[in-house]
Amino acid sequence: MTTAAFNSRRITQRAAFTFLILAAVVTVTPVLFIIIYTVVKGGGALSWGFLSEFPSLAGKAGGILPAIVGTFYLMLGTLVFALPIGVLTGIYLTEYARDNWLTRIINLAIVNLAGVPSIVFGLFGLSVFVLAFHFGLSLLAASLTLACQALAMVITTSREALLAVPRELREGSLAIGVSKWQTVRHIVLPQALPGIITGAVLAISRAAGETAPILVVGAAFLLPALPQSPLDQFMALPYHLYTVSAHVPNMPEETIWGVALVLLIVVLSFDVLAAAIRIKTRQRK
Amino acid sequence: MNINISLPDISARPAEKCVTKLKAENVNLYYGSFQCLRNVSLDIPSCSITAIIGPSGCGKSSLLRLFNRMNDLIPGVRVEGNVELDNIPIYGPGIDVVELRKRVGMVFQKPNPFPMSIFENVAYGPKRHGTKGRGELEEIVEKSLRQAALWDEVKDKLGQSGLALSGGQQQRLCIARVLAVEPEVILMDEPCSALDPVATLKIEDLMRSLTQDYTIIIVTHNMQQAARVSDTAAFMMMEPDRAGMLVEYGPTARIFTNPEDKRTEDYITGRFG
Repeated sequence: MTTAAFNSRRITQRAAFTFLILAAVVTVTPVLFIIIYTVVKGGGALSWGFLSEFPSLAGKAGGILPAIVGTFYLMLGTLVFALPIGVLTGIYLTEYARDNWLTRIINLAIVNLAGVPSIVFGLFGLSVFVLAFHFGLSLLAASLTLACQALAMVITTSREALLAVPRELREGSLAIGVSKWQTVRHIVLPQALPGIITGAVLAISRAAGETAPILVVGAAFLLPALPQSPLDQFMALPYHLYTVSAHVPNMPEETIWGVALVLLIVVLSFDVLAAAIRIKTRQRK
Repeated sequence: MNINISLPDISARPAEKCVTKLKAENVNLYYGSFQCLRNVSLDIPSCSITAIIGPSGCGKSSLLRLFNRMNDLIPGVRVEGNVELDNIPIYGPGIDVVELRKRVGMVFQKPNPFPMSIFENVAYGPKRHGTKGRGELEEIVEKSLRQAALWDEVKDKLGQSGLALSGGQQQRLCIARVLAVEPEVILMDEPCSALDPVATLKIEDLMRSLTQDYTIIIVTHNMQQAARVSDTAAFMMMEPDRAGMLVEYGPTARIFTNPEDKRTEDYITGRFG
């Protein structure tokens, strides 16, 4: 090869690398910017009182305790409903379902479920859980609504985690007269569990940030007490953020960003948790 | 014909103990529209080792998996003809496949220990079948590991992961796992193809020692292995449409020294395959 050709190839290579690195930087920049900007603008609002007190003066003073608690309740409620149904559906689809029209319709429904706009889930929750089931505007109705939305993700990640379990392990179990369900229960599920949990954690962290669906099924701006039962109304961080930033006049900017920062910390900490689970199990293997 | 392979001494074995354990009669096996086995008939004697040999893709593994109905796991599979275990048709109505597989265990080509401790690997089958007592499980585990000639190597580290063992040890662990549920038949699908020669010899010795109590069928690509371990041998080939057929079946000594079919001779002497 001539030196010139060699040089030109090296230049092309270097240009390609530079371009790829640039693309990666462009992807990461907005995320970093958002995090840093939120910390800078809202960091000053964070204090023990902000996290542990009830709001006063329409959120202009006091803390946001009930919104934090409400968001955690919502995440818990979403998990309780979405995880078992999602995992069982995943097991059915990977281990039992044959390829027929019913399975194809179910698969199509799951794909479409992920694409439904969240406000539509909200309206669905309003008419089904709030009105038809008489759950009223409540934590229960909101949890069920968010669970419907989270289902698609839980099913998809469960299915991927189950499919990743090697066929040899299933066969090894079946080949010594262990039933299919026992094989799923004792071999496949334990292997797939970290993947399933990672998916579920990501799904509920996304549910925690949802504003539109809970808007119509039970979130309240200001409540005098924490929810005492699943049938009570509740406050939540994203809805609180929406209201203080859009509907309360003369709102101190630092407080708005403070709420945003807390919401960001809640969501990101769950994402980190999911990543930690993934890394931990990869090391174990 | 000139091949130099040592043959097992089968004259020393009590012939009267041998009965037909498994039987296939005019079996046709289809995967969808593809015919994988054509008109296969053979009787497998009990308490002996039967080797299935033949070129790649001739349906050896499919024939093996006929006997514990592992083929059932493949969508679109269809079986014609009759397969019997102790004179009972295993594809007949009222047959519990799970119960059948408990009686007809299987060892795979690639060692596939479960990602759990050595102890749990062996105790897995008995536990699922209802053995609960710790003492009883410990007894089964020790007995199975001894039978599988693995006990001395692992007795001090039963709590360690089965995946930490060497390939040969893993395969013996898988054999112990099968032995723990006390099957009557053990199917082995190229059990040594992923192992080095030393580990292979260990597994072969192990197989010989198991013939007292178990009927073993082994699929192998290795002619020497078939000659070394088996009492009976079945030679299979593909027909032009790729359906597998049984060419010749009989005592290993005769198949290897005096084959009746020209194709058997050609294959054994290495002229093809």
